[in-house]
Amino acid sequence: MRASFIFSEVFTGLRRNISMTVAMILTTAISLGLFGGGLLVVQMADKTQQIFLDRVEVQLFLTEDISAADPDCAQDLCRGIRNDLESADGVVAVQYLNQDDAVADATDRVFKDNPELASLVSAESFPASFKVKMSDPDQFALINAEFSARPGIDSILNQRELVDRLFSVLGGIRNAAFAIAIVQAIAAIFLIANMVQVAALTRRTEVGIMRLVGATRWYTQLPFLLEAVVASLIGAGLAIVGLFTAKNLFIDDVLGDIYDANIVARISNSDVLLVTPFVVIVGAGMAAVTAYIALRLYVRD
Amino acid sequence: MISVKDVSKFYKASTRPALDKVSVEIDKGEFVFLIGPSGSGKSTFMQLLLKEETPTSGDIYVADFHVNKLSGRKVPKLRQSVGYVFQDFRLLPSKTVSQNVAFALEVIGKSRSMIERTVPEVLDLVGLSGKADRLPNELSGGEQQRVAIARAFVNRPLVLLADEPTGNLDPDTSADIMLLLERINRTGTTVLMATHDHHIVDSMRRRVVELDLGRVVRDEARGVYAVGR
Repeated sequence: MRASFIFSEVFTGLRRNISMTVAMILTTAISLGLFGGGLLVVQMADKTQQIFLDRVEVQLFLTEDISAADPDCAQDLCRGIRNDLESADGVVAVQYLNQDDAVADATDRVFKDNPELASLVSAESFPASFKVKMSDPDQFALINAEFSARPGIDSILNQRELVDRLFSVLGGIRNAAFAIAIVQAIAAIFLIANMVQVAALTRRTEVGIMRLVGATRWYTQLPFLLEAVVASLIGAGLAIVGLFTAKNLFIDDVLGDIYDANIVARISNSDVLLVTPFVVIVGAGMAAVTAYIALRLYVRD
Repeated sequence: MISVKDVSKFYKASTRPALDKVSVEIDKGEFVFLIGPSGSGKSTFMQLLLKEETPTSGDIYVADFHVNKLSGRKVPKLRQSVGYVFQDFRLLPSKTVSQNVAFALEVIGKSRSMIERTVPEVLDLVGLSGKADRLPNELSGGEQQRVAIARAFVNRPLVLLADEPTGNLDPDTSADIMLLLERINRTGTTVLMATHDHHIVDSMRRRVVELDLGRVVRDEARGVYAVGR
């Protein structure tokens, strides 16, 4: 098998049907780009999972009057709630935040970059609360049931709900990316099959002579298969470049604040690098399989 | 060399067989004309020898190959032992004379050095040494056919099949092509030529196998085109 012959045939073939080659490259690029994007969202979700793993907290907000009157949680009503919380199932730790603590948290953390808003914060704006750390997030329901109607408790905030909602958003984005990737992939597959057929048709005189003089399928069919694979590899390259560009030029800016608030995990360049081999393998594999099947079905042996 | 035993070929489209229990034996080194009207089965016969088609029944042997039972993987090897020449030359228009001939060797994996040695030899044999760098559209019909013959012969096949090679050529040029085929035959290559050309058949007086409606109606050594018509 003469490699130089095969490679020159592949190059000539790609050049001869340049419009079709370009179409194939672009479609593959979009499909693989979205596929890679979906994979990155999966990675982001996994890493975010880690952030929230130990953030399984319930926050029980106390009513205004207790918040104002009992900054040390020394009085009976407050102490009673605290003891019951500490002895409840699944509770790891209970922390009491009085109004001043809440103010400090707001100014130092939440409104760190917004001094104008920070200056508006005063003790009366925030109620006191119990931050309860759980060992098992599924015990929320019990805490909710036991304490929501208890006098002194104004409302219960279940961080888990927020977290679940966040993950369902991430899941939604991931599913959308994969769905569009699949649609594009179907388009790419049909394009590859078409490209193989058209290439074979354009070169039928040559291929006919090759078959006649006794060339094996390596010579008659391999060039077409390699054409499809080479085009898809170029598409994969474009997709990877696109992902890096999107991450560094757009995503980092758009999600900057959300990253800083530590709500979702950051996508790093090494994440994109990690996704690269999958994108390349899926792209080349899809092209090779489609081309092989198209050759078997439509091109005489 | 070629052994066709009781071969029939039915195509789906028609009820009449393209070939009907045809039996022919051709020895190594023979020169055989295959004649008959259009639709008599000449082309089908040739296609069966190359396994472009498979017989509905019967057996075909070419050299050591049991053709009709040949697996797909081994068919290229058969075809490397059989050269084929078309009526319309079938040269690649964008390749030069020597590139056209070299092509046949390149695609079967021959080395560059072998190709560079062999192509000039065979161009010399067909009398085209001076025109190695010409393109097909710069050649006459006769010269193009010579290139086609060179391509068919370059891998020294055991059998040369020619499907009306003189069909597009004038009588003088046809005669030259026949001389060339005779020369190739003298090297030991078995030649089977399908033709409509009375003059050539009559003047060469070789073995004639006549087909009509898919059947062998005459198989005569030193025959002429038409008998008692």
